[in-house]
Amino acid sequence: MIETVEIEVLGKKDTRSGFGEGLLEAGKRNGNVVALCADLTGSLKMNAFQDEFTERFFQVGIAEANMMSMAAGMTVGGKIPFTGTFANFSTSRVYDQIRQSIAYSKKNVKICASHAGLTLGEDGATHQTLEDIGMMKMLPNMTVIVPCDFNQTKQATIAISEFEGPVYLRFGRPSVPIFIKPDAHFKIGKADLIIEGTDVTIIACGHLVWKSIEAAQELAKQGISAEVINMHTIKPLDEAAVLSSVAKTGCVVTAEEHMINGGLGESIARVLSRNNPKPQEFVAVNDTFGESGTPDQLLAKYNIDTPDIIKAALKVIQRK
Amino acid sequence: METKELKSIASQVRRDIVRMVCECNSGHPGGSLGCTDFLTTLYFDEMKHNAANFNMDGTNEDVFYLSNGHISPVWYSVLARSGYFPVSELSGFRKLGSRLQGHPSTDKSLPGIRMASGSLGQGMSCAIGTALTKKLNNDDSIVYSLHGDGELQEGQIWEAALYAAANKVDNLISTIDYNGRQIDGDLEDVLPMGNLVQKWQAFGWEVLEMDGHNIDEIKTTLAKAKSLVGNRKPIMIVMTTEMGQGVDYMMGTHKWHGTTPNEEQLTNALGQLEETLGDY
Repeated sequence: MIETVEIEVLGKKDTRSGFGEGLLEAGKRNGNVVALCADLTGSLKMNAFQDEFTERFFQVGIAEANMMSMAAGMTVGGKIPFTGTFANFSTSRVYDQIRQSIAYSKKNVKICASHAGLTLGEDGATHQTLEDIGMMKMLPNMTVIVPCDFNQTKQATIAISEFEGPVYLRFGRPSVPIFIKPDAHFKIGKADLIIEGTDVTIIACGHLVWKSIEAAQELAKQGISAEVINMHTIKPLDEAAVLSSVAKTGCVVTAEEHMINGGLGESIARVLSRNNPKPQEFVAVNDTFGESGTPDQLLAKYNIDTPDIIKAALKVIQRK
Repeated sequence: METKELKSIASQVRRDIVRMVCECNSGHPGGSLGCTDFLTTLYFDEMKHNAANFNMDGTNEDVFYLSNGHISPVWYSVLARSGYFPVSELSGFRKLGSRLQGHPSTDKSLPGIRMASGSLGQGMSCAIGTALTKKLNNDDSIVYSLHGDGELQEGQIWEAALYAAANKVDNLISTIDYNGRQIDGDLEDVLPMGNLVQKWQAFGWEVLEMDGHNIDEIKTTLAKAKSLVGNRKPIMIVMTTEMGQGVDYMMGTHKWHGTTPNEEQLTNALGQLEETLGDY
């Protein structure tokens, strides 16, 4: 009989607020941290930094291409620029600027992207980027981080200010449960083992980590022991964490608020196929754009909610 | 530096350009030849820089960005002739394993280069970023950028133009290589740009004009531009040039934008350009 899985919930908050607090803290710790925003200061929760460090905050207006290349130029002379806008304007709109001036030129720019995925909600598909992880992980020199809750987003924001190199940091709009301890140490490229289990490994990132915890709790009631890994760093990927868990469970479910093409799931599949091929099920948006709706409605409609993770786990266990 | 001496260096730089593009049968000689007098004067006479000890941060040095990265041959030659790296390395241009990539890059750590360029329209934004960093660092040196006239068709240039004027980025001196030609033909046929001087003035920039092949005029215009630094306006120099300048059969046409001379044409070109510092 499997025991009940208990995870302490410390509160509920949006991950973008974790970014705002982390940016302020990074700014206090290092005078070279500067921030640029393309007319979304409130949405990105950058006001606290702006108020505290007026001289180090740059409002660029609705001109994201200029913002990205400016950020690259600001590194020449030692600044550590954090750019802030929505995830679609942080990636697809400015991919060439990022590719040439930041990734290829290896500049110490932190691209901070809010309102990622379906949980942006009512704004609809124009703003619901579901391709950004794929685009960013394809760029050489780029580190890609998708933290799971408020505390982790704050910790990740501080951590990337202390890391040399281009980073893409993805977070979101809705208020979600907080379960990472406020004093946890965030290490880039080192996955968090959230729940230990033996029957199936669930590897998730971002908002889907909490959904995976809910799934594991439900599976436990059915006598299934699910291991939950928070893969907050998509690149570089913690391959050792994947392989050691799968060696134990023999199957994997990946869960992400992203397109099935090019996301976390495909990165995990690559690791498995090269090292230890095992059955995998993908909980991800299936090659389609989103639409308007509430975050909860959209997660359900596009099959990336808790019941979908449970279903995938049951299916992948059958394939062992 | 005396104008005569600068002319002599420019002649060698032009020889380097045509030899480099001929050797690898690739690259962009037209715009390179057109910007030779400007870049030679900038690096040998006007810019405060440290060729012997290149550092990426450019602290207390003037920083230059080549936004129209396809004219890399002229920049590589000027950098090598200034002492950033051995002149012999010019022969590796566009070849496998070379630090002299087709378009400038930081990827192989070629001294003198701080940003990749080639995809057009990005260099002015990069220059603004560095100019802002210099202000934050209380570093009173200058940031320069060079742009093609066709490059101004990229929208990002105008985002940068708005930003620099609105935020009084007055430690930036940008220059447009106004040769009136682009790959597909004359600027006037591909996409007319209207009155460039009036456009930049309307965007709130201090605008100067100069003949990009008159070295005395380049010197006085750059001196004037430097005197305007700190005047609460970004500075734009509209520089009239001839694509292919110095090689008669390459002038008066857009044809040599990205076409390279064959051996016979190379001999012809070299016959028009005096070898002053020794070929690489």
